[in-house]
Amino acid sequence: MSSEFTKLFELIVSASLINNFVFTRFLGLCIFFGVSKKMETAVGMSITFVSVMMVSAAVSWVIFNQVLVPLNITFLEIIVFIGIIAGLVQLSDTIMRKVSPGLYYKLGIYLALISTNCIILAVPLVNAGEKYTFVESIAFGFGSGLGFSLALIIMASIREKLELADVPAPFKGLPMAFVITGLIALAFTGFSGLITL
Amino acid sequence: MSSQSNTNLKELFLNGIVKENTIFKLALSLCPSIAVTNNLKNGVFMGVAVLFVQVMVNVTISLLRNVIHPKVRLPIFMLVISGWVTVTQMMMAAFVPDVYAKVGLYIALIVAFASILARAEMFASKNKIIPSMVDGLGMGVGFLFALTVISFFRELVGKGSLWGNAIINTKPLLIMILPAGGFFAVGILMALFNWINARYAAKNAHASH
Repeated sequence: MSSEFTKLFELIVSASLINNFVFTRFLGLCIFFGVSKKMETAVGMSITFVSVMMVSAAVSWVIFNQVLVPLNITFLEIIVFIGIIAGLVQLSDTIMRKVSPGLYYKLGIYLALISTNCIILAVPLVNAGEKYTFVESIAFGFGSGLGFSLALIIMASIREKLELADVPAPFKGLPMAFVITGLIALAFTGFSGLITL
Repeated sequence: MSSQSNTNLKELFLNGIVKENTIFKLALSLCPSIAVTNNLKNGVFMGVAVLFVQVMVNVTISLLRNVIHPKVRLPIFMLVISGWVTVTQMMMAAFVPDVYAKVGLYIALIVAFASILARAEMFASKNKIIPSMVDGLGMGVGFLFALTVISFFRELVGKGSLWGNAIINTKPLLIMILPAGGFFAVGILMALFNWINARYAAKNAHASH
């Protein structure tokens, strides 16, 4: 029993730190550069991300293993997963509009963009590829969401300071953000080898 | 009339390569621009895959534009895109298995490219087949161009080779093929494009005076 927990813990740590989606797998970069300008939006986005990712990991695991595998139509995984995600995003969009209109007003466009976000689609695809169990899939979704949130928040705090810095003209804006991400990624390579799975 | 429509097509084609270059100008669909560009071969194949999907999606949507009900257009666009991506994925797995083993996940994620959905929504759903095809070609070639430049730069500096053939004999700068190097490379190339653009604009303003 305890080894089960150790394994789940290792999975979460490895998904969030060692194989961080942004810094070592380069996914979700559009959103990463899009919402990391302000701390407040970064935090809101992180919360949305973690919840959507966990739920989509769970739902798509059930559909993949109970419907696609028995029917032998796993090659349809992309189409099915994107459908599930689009539905979930629509749902969280509606809930957020009712529960917190202020946040909805701020994140509106990015929430719609979540459905075309690679990270959210990558989680079920990796889960299916690695043949994780149900609990492991959710843990992987949670870990990845946590890693993405960490990346967003680190980046947002740096970019808020960067507003005041004197950056050479051609590097203003995105190019500088890329170079900074490179430096953070370099720091994150230090995590590799933390756990050997 | 025909000459005018020809220049329009030419402009449409160039628009995707220069003015609205997906990676360097719009900063969309960035994931593969870093993930698969640590050698030239992967970068080029990824670019070709995107080019193919973009053109086929634009043509399909343009053909169906009068049939699709506007209220359900987004799910239908997604369906068309994921259909063509699945086709691409299977073709790559069959013909270039060594490349597919490395870039497989990123091919599947073409589905989530904002740029492809955006072109379908903004252009192909409102225009005839030929302009839509040219628009897709322009956007796709622009993407291929960006990936080629980035991966050319990274493989040359990071490994001292091109397409797997060793070119430079000195010890390469290993960092460029590491994950972090991808971000540096894109950042530096973007800055370079900005610099060239600024120089060009300044020159034009100077000449007109």
